[in-house]
Parts: sequence; structure tokens; C-alpha cells
Amino acid sequence: MPDAAATKAWLEERFGAQAAAPRARRVFAEVPAGSLRAVLEVAREELGFDALCAITGLDEGESLAAIYHLACAHGTVLSLKTRVPRASPSLPTVTDLFPGAADYERELDDLLGFHIEGLPPGRRYPLPEDFPRDQKPLRKDWSAR
Amino acid sequence: MSPVTIPVGPQHPALKEPESFDITLEGERILGVTMRLGYNHRGIEKACEARSWVQDLFLLERICGICSHAHSTAFCMAVEDIASLQVPPRAQFIRTLVGELERIHSHLLWLGVAGHEIGLDTLMMYAWRDRETVMDLLALLTGNRVNYGINLIGGVRRDVSAEQLEQVLRSIDFLEQRVRYYVEVARTESTLHQRLAGVGPLSMDDARRLGAIGPTGRASMVDRDTRRDDPYLAYGEVQFKVITDWHCDVYGRTLVRLGELLESFSIIRQLAARLPAGPLKVKAPRKVPAGQAVARYEAPRGEDLHFVRSNGTERPERVKVRAPTLANLASVAKMLENHRLADVPIVIAAIDPCFSCTDRAVRLARSAGCERLSWAELRQHGIDWYRREAGLDLAALDRRLAAHPPPGGPP
Repeated sequence: MPDAAATKAWLEERFGAQAAAPRARRVFAEVPAGSLRAVLEVAREELGFDALCAITGLDEGESLAAIYHLACAHGTVLSLKTRVPRASPSLPTVTDLFPGAADYERELDDLLGFHIEGLPPGRRYPLPEDFPRDQKPLRKDWSAR
Repeated sequence: MSPVTIPVGPQHPALKEPESFDITLEGERILGVTMRLGYNHRGIEKACEARSWVQDLFLLERICGICSHAHSTAFCMAVEDIASLQVPPRAQFIRTLVGELERIHSHLLWLGVAGHEIGLDTLMMYAWRDRETVMDLLALLTGNRVNYGINLIGGVRRDVSAEQLEQVLRSIDFLEQRVRYYVEVARTESTLHQRLAGVGPLSMDDARRLGAIGPTGRASMVDRDTRRDDPYLAYGEVQFKVITDWHCDVYGRTLVRLGELLESFSIIRQLAARLPAGPLKVKAPRKVPAGQAVARYEAPRGEDLHFVRSNGTERPERVKVRAPTLANLASVAKMLENHRLADVPIVIAAIDPCFSCTDRAVRLARSAGCERLSWAELRQHGIDWYRREAGLDLAALDRRLAAHPPPGGPP
């Protein structure tokens, strides 16, 4: 099982990703949206990152970003970030790799306005059904007032 | 017979918090479940971005009335990681102590709820009576029964005295004796076994695939516990077993939680025996340097994850919280498939969804400026308050009922 340094080296070597291991058991890396699914799948198969703990959505101005937090049995958490343009924030679904991810992806859509390609139909989460669809509360330019 | 869809919730007598389940049935058999969550969404993550680091600590503690310490500690750990703060060992031990007491209160609460959901209210009365012991300890150590407010960024707010530790150990001895009795009941009482065994099954493969965590996962042989796998606070310095079970059903989830209670007693004794001397906190900066961190905390219901990013100002750029219930709800739909409608309440309760269960009787301590109210006076105070503040005249309702009594007299 990989520690943080080994995971960082693996990501840099295998995918040419920018990676950092700021402390024990924590790795942060950035990958292009096009290779996100491939990295998630290979990290699961080869390194044992078999649990998707959460997906964090971020508004970074020109682009929106999603961070996929993956965990393995030995405590290392790999946070894989991918950026998409604000004008067309589209990401592929990962529910076929991690079936528990559906609610995390619905949250990206509801709160930040990501478009998740291939997400199975279902009720929205977490906002109410009658909340305006074009209002995305976690975007930095949104205000309750 | 064609399938029928029955809505359960968002307000329903069998569920104590708002969640909506559409259950498709063929006779008594469940064909499928769709859920609607989010009724408790309060926009806390957005609110955090508009408040200071310290204000956020207290806001995040109020995400949940049961595992409040889990959320405030996870947030503190993330911020301390970003700011490179070295929290003193004594503070780490006190945080761990409160965390384990919180686990005991939460698991005993669950035991009572589980008893109630299967019609064994005697178990609920016993478990909740015993739970008062640990609530008293939490009040003794922190001043509060829930939302303890013991954490500060960089340490803890209050010290623990030798007398308090003695009281903790005495109460733990009593609770251990009680929990050993519940283990005996769970192992030998046939009604409990018959009602829970085989109900809400979740195979190990499904638990892994659907990302089940905490006691829900461990009762399906998923051997994961953040306290051991990703040690934080003082967990690297105490010995404990991670309890797993092969039953893969509600019975297994009961045995896992009971086993975890016994481990918590052992952890607390180790912490008390080795509580290091020293300061309680280090000074935290008002502006947290730019950076990001992921903190994980094994809450009573499973792993609680906080992601925090700072842009170097007085307020966080982003706070993301993933509470354990969200990770476990995907498993609930699987547990209910092909099972009976009557099992729905206990199967949902068995993942221990987070209830906002903070109600309690009001008791005012007799001191200067305080008065003590009897129940009748408290009731009258409530009626008067609503009449004054909201223009609500409950006496009018009484008069109307007296003028037009319901057929057959009062109920």
C-alpha cells in the first residue's frame, strides 16, 4: 500500500501530474478533466484507492474545479483536482466507478452548476425542487441578499 | 398485483428527521426506494465563507446536535494543518476524551432508538437512562450536554481536573457494567435476535462498492476505522481494537456498536492514566496563511471529512463537509431491496442517521438572577410568551372547545 510520497511519485511518473505531499498521508494533485476517469480507475486498481470519500466543488473565477477525495485502507487520502471552464463546466460521471458518488455529483450540479455527463436521473440534492435552477449558491458571485 | 408507491416522510412518525423515501411495493415486498434529501440544508458551507475562522468553528459545531465535537474537531484539525500549529499534547488528550464520551452518548442513544423501532421500549428506557450518566460527564467537563464548545483553533478552552477525571472513571465503571449487560442481552435474548437477524442485509462487496462507512461498514466486515488507519489527536498513543462483525445485518450493526462502547471505555481509561501535563493551547493567527487541508475524524456514525481552503485572509475561501450519513444512504436503498415494508424504520435507523435530538427539560440553577420554575409555571410561561410575542391566544381555543364540545365528549 502506498504512502504519500509513493503516491506522489506514481502520479508524476505515470500521468505527468503536478502533485504535492504536504504531510504524512495527504496527497494533492491536479489532472486534466479528460484524464480524470482514467486516473481514478488506475488509482483504484493499482494503488488501492477504493473509497471515494467526497467531491469538493470550488469556484475559482475563470474556472470551476472539483476535488475528488479518495482513501485507501492505509489512511492515505489522495485529493485529485480537475478544472473546467466556467462557461462550460462539464465533467464525466464517476458513478460507474463509485456507485455511492451520485449524491456528491448532484451536489456539484445543484450548488455550483456543474454539468455531469452520464449522471443517472434522480431527484436533485440538496436544494428544494422549487429552488430556481439557474441560481447556484456556492458560486462566489451569488449572494442570498 | 401491480406495484404501488408509498411516500414515507418527509414528516413521518417512524422517522425523527426530515427525509423522504418513495417506496415501491409489490404486496409487502419492496421493489425499490428513491430518496429525497436536503430538507435540513441550511447553507452552512456558504455561511462559513462570510464569517471569521473562530465564528465558523462555532457554526460548524452546530451542524449536528449529537456528533458536534466531531465537526468542530475536524475543522480545527484542518485549520491547524494549514497554519502549521502544533497543538499541545494535553489538548489533544482532552479532545480525544470528549470525542470518546461523545461516541458513548451517541451509541447509547442509538441503542435506545433501535429498541424503540422494534417495539422493545424497555431497552430504550434503560439505554437512555444510562446515557444520562455520560451526558452528566460531558456537562461536567465542558459545561454543556451537547455543542460542548471545548475546541479552540490551536487547543482547548478548558482543563480537566484530577477530581473530574476520578468522576469520569467512576461513571465509566458503571457504564461498562451496563454495556456488558446489554451485550449479554443481545447475545442471549431470542426476541432481539429474531427481530434483527437477517434484517437489512448488506454484503461485504456491496458495502465496499457503495462506500458504507463507520459501524454500518464494519458490521459488513469492512475493516476501516479512521482512528487506526489515519491516526489523529491522541489515537496514535492508545491501544484499541477495531470491531467488525460478519452478520452483515441490523443484528451485526448492534453488536458492532456495543463492542465499540467497550473499546471506548478502555480508551478513556488509557487517556486518564496518561494525561500529559502542559499548556492547553497555542496562539492561533487571526489570518490563516493560504493553503488547503483535508481532515478526517471517526465520528460515531463513521468518517467525517472536512476540506478547508484558505486564501490568507480572516475568512476561509471554502469549507466542505461530508458527514457520514450521506455516505451511508446509498447502502440503505440496497438493504431494503426485496425486504418487507415493516422493516423500513429499523433498517433506516440502523445506519444511525443523524437526529437533531437536543431536547431536554429546562432546569434553572438557583442563583442570583435566576428563578426556578415548576412544570405548570413553565407551561404558563410558554403560553404567556406566545400570546405576548406572537399574538397567539391559546385560551380562545379552549373557550371555543368548551362552547362546541367534540361529539362523544373530550378525547
